[in-house]
Amino acid sequence: MNALQALGAMVVNAMERLGRAALFLYEVVSGAWVLVPRFYLVIQQVFAVGVLTLLIILVSGLFVGMVLGLQGHNTLVKFGAEDSLGLLVALSLVRELGPVVTALLFAGRAGSALTAEIGLMKATEQLAGMEMMAVNPVTRVIAPRFIAGVIAMPLLAAMFSAIGVMGGEIVGVNLLGVDSGAFWSQMQNGVDFHDDILNGVIKSVVFGVVVTGIAVFEGYDAVPTSEGVSRATNRTVVYSSLAVLGLDFILTALMLGET
Amino acid sequence: MISRKSVEIWVGVFVAAGLFALGVLAFRVGNLTTADVVDGYQVEARFENIGSLKVKSPVTVAGVRIGRVAQISFDSDTYQARVVMNLDGRYKNLPTDTGASILTSGLLGEQYIELEPGGAEEYLKNGSRIKVTQSAMVLEKLVGRVMTTLIDRPAENNKKK
Repeated sequence: MNALQALGAMVVNAMERLGRAALFLYEVVSGAWVLVPRFYLVIQQVFAVGVLTLLIILVSGLFVGMVLGLQGHNTLVKFGAEDSLGLLVALSLVRELGPVVTALLFAGRAGSALTAEIGLMKATEQLAGMEMMAVNPVTRVIAPRFIAGVIAMPLLAAMFSAIGVMGGEIVGVNLLGVDSGAFWSQMQNGVDFHDDILNGVIKSVVFGVVVTGIAVFEGYDAVPTSEGVSRATNRTVVYSSLAVLGLDFILTALMLGET
Repeated sequence: MISRKSVEIWVGVFVAAGLFALGVLAFRVGNLTTADVVDGYQVEARFENIGSLKVKSPVTVAGVRIGRVAQISFDSDTYQARVVMNLDGRYKNLPTDTGASILTSGLLGEQYIELEPGGAEEYLKNGSRIKVTQSAMVLEKLVGRVMTTLIDRPAENNKKK
């Protein structure tokens, strides 16, 4: 009986948190128009979540592309199809690895920082202080961070894919001797703007909303103690990684299903 | 704390680089530059068997791509496949007796339609139909034909004796 009760309590709690998160995100988005005359707040946050994440994204993109080049060449050469290496690298990056790996790195680098920052603001009662001054902390603190995350994520994913393709070219063409013309022409024949690139962008926008949404909610909802903030940061990384991987499957199924 | 100006510059660089990367993906990696068929016209052909031809498969003349397959359907009256091709409007002077055959690029490559211009005076127009067609080679049928000829031949030889 106790076990059943514990299970029920867990589900009720989870549902309650989910409901609160939805209401909170609605509040963030519906209050965001206040930012139109104060756009510098958003720019500041794009700097924090985007520009400072750039290095890790570029370095991992380059290496992921290079590994794809090596692994792909190793397998394709068995079928005498190493000319398709460019297509393999570009499709894997644009469709899957670009959005997903960027979202995972983004959750680890920017999401955790957002949660810790907002959680500490709550713990040190800065958010309560703003409310005392009749400034709504949701629109002043949360909304710019949320919007900045949604803006930065697709741009980061695009840069990841682009530099990954370059990494694949470095390994495939310069190191392993795949013909450069075949590399690019097979890629351009096989990669469709709408089906592949646009769907990748849609994915990365969705991941941006999910990861940043989880990060700001966890921060805002954190228990205002040092332990609470550390737990919230932890939850951000775990939940957003799981959400990204799960959603990726659903989105891929939807996108492949419609053709 | 960094000054407002440098934050704005960095964000500007970031957004520009992101958009540039998207542009690279669209034009260098994707097929947006080979932006298809300018004010094209549509031509129809019927095949006994189209193999694995798909919508958007290339249509070529002398190896140069001049269009794409726009639509594939099955005609239940003649039991044939009806293929509509979208051809580039710049190449309007294909004779009406042009032949269409389905070929394969490479050993395991994708299938495409090759048009072979004939000698007629009149040209194909929007909606006209290509009458001379050659179906796709289906590997199993080909193997089957080879097998039957190989088996039949000894039998014929026996008869002659």
